[in-house]
Amino acid sequence: MSIKGKSYIIGVYEHPTRMAADKTLYQLHAECAKGAIEDAGITKNDIDGYFCAAGDMSGLGALSMIDYLGLKLRHWDSTDTGGSSYLLQVGHAAEAIALGKCNIALITLAGQPRSAGQATGTATRVPPAQMPETQFEMPFGPATANMYAMCAMRHMHEYGTTSEQLAWVKVAASHHAQYNEHAMLRDVVTVEDVINSPMIADPLHRLDCCVISDGGGAIILAKPEIAKSLKRPLVSVLGVGEAPKNQYGGKFDLTYSGAVVSGPAAFAEAGIKQADIKYASIYDSFTITVVMQIEDLGFCEKGQGGKFVSDGNLIAGVGKFPFNTDGGGLCNNHPSNRGGLTKVVEAVRQLRGEAHPKVQVPNCDIALAHGTGGSLGTRHGAATVIMERE
Amino acid sequence: MADRKIPAPLPNLETQPYWDAAAEGKLLIKKCNACGELHFYPRANCPFCFSGDTAWQQASGDGVIYTYSVMRRGTPVPYAIAYVTLAEGPMMMTNIVDCDLDAIKIGQPVKLVYKPTEDGPPVPCFAPV
Repeated sequence: MSIKGKSYIIGVYEHPTRMAADKTLYQLHAECAKGAIEDAGITKNDIDGYFCAAGDMSGLGALSMIDYLGLKLRHWDSTDTGGSSYLLQVGHAAEAIALGKCNIALITLAGQPRSAGQATGTATRVPPAQMPETQFEMPFGPATANMYAMCAMRHMHEYGTTSEQLAWVKVAASHHAQYNEHAMLRDVVTVEDVINSPMIADPLHRLDCCVISDGGGAIILAKPEIAKSLKRPLVSVLGVGEAPKNQYGGKFDLTYSGAVVSGPAAFAEAGIKQADIKYASIYDSFTITVVMQIEDLGFCEKGQGGKFVSDGNLIAGVGKFPFNTDGGGLCNNHPSNRGGLTKVVEAVRQLRGEAHPKVQVPNCDIALAHGTGGSLGTRHGAATVIMERE
Repeated sequence: MADRKIPAPLPNLETQPYWDAAAEGKLLIKKCNACGELHFYPRANCPFCFSGDTAWQQASGDGVIYTYSVMRRGTPVPYAIAYVTLAEGPMMMTNIVDCDLDAIKIGQPVKLVYKPTEDGPPVPCFAPV
């Protein structure tokens, strides 16, 4: 069976905070849930399904969170795939609604890495020692930035991608962020600004990296009868896809991502082609992440992503492929070090015609949101969501 | 410049022979007796065919840099993380050491060299040939 058209995104919310040292993590989740509930025009007690990422909270998955929020549920899922979790959970919620396991599904994200002073990009990731790969990786200092950097380095080697081309991704994000009053970085930057910013991990400069922010957000999906009884514009879920990518016993290729599986699955389910997408939210943990995912989703030929993103092609009103019109992770926010949820939020704004007028895509009827969670350079989970405004 | 302090790996039941060999300067990889594939990191069960009949094999220590990145921020000493393609086939994460970090290149031939860790077995790094 297909989930196409069997659920609608009825509410979205992006928390305006970027620094929330005065709140608890659970409080932030609740504020995000409340925001989406108000956006949808439903009440808390209408919710009968809850979806989240276990890593955003303590304890047994979402058990304490559900208790804290006072939810009475008949379905839940706290699968964690890092930053792509919320894209994957839109898919899981759509599947649950299509199967009748729940009628209204809430997804939340919140986190406070900024107020915790976390060195998200540069500190060596020290995972639990019992993970099988830890002893073969951790001694060598895998952080977040240098793992993505190794993908960029190989992509440059194989396809001739340049630092200037990667910089265009940040330039486009900054053009959009100037209109977002909540964005952390609102100054428009140039290609030169990016390549002259300090080198973090060759070949990625500081401005190739996303921000570190507190914050969060929420998404609510519902079955068609409920969505159609509400007053908000109708945004249906057309197709979803998900896939892990890993090291396959030591025989792998770092120039592509799990989008090569999740993308075709989502397009096939939606029954549309790349050319039908009017707006795309593409997870931008780093500039290279965007280039690789655009290629892997089939918006250009493999290896041509650098050329594709250049010369303003990602800037709304300028290029042919407007992306991340909220400023994305590169400029707006990256709550909990996880950018998947806000990708859906901005896509829904575009479909509703509620994006900032300076970046609103005209006649935006079909949008895609895609992300990568974990590490592009080791193991990651990709998830793709395609939505339509009816 | 001083070398980066390398945290010790924690061996487990599946990998103790690998780290015992490392202490003797030998790099072991696993070969599956059922399907013939070599894999890394080493597992009791072959990740290609799930056979439990896997055997240790000593790698030559020769390899080529598949990709790398020099970490320059958030670390007291810059260091080069890399994936090296072993002559036997599998790729492994490592550090490129004993060289000018600014001169590292993808495709460069490298040779195994063990580096001490803070309080554990030495780890396999590679230096340009």
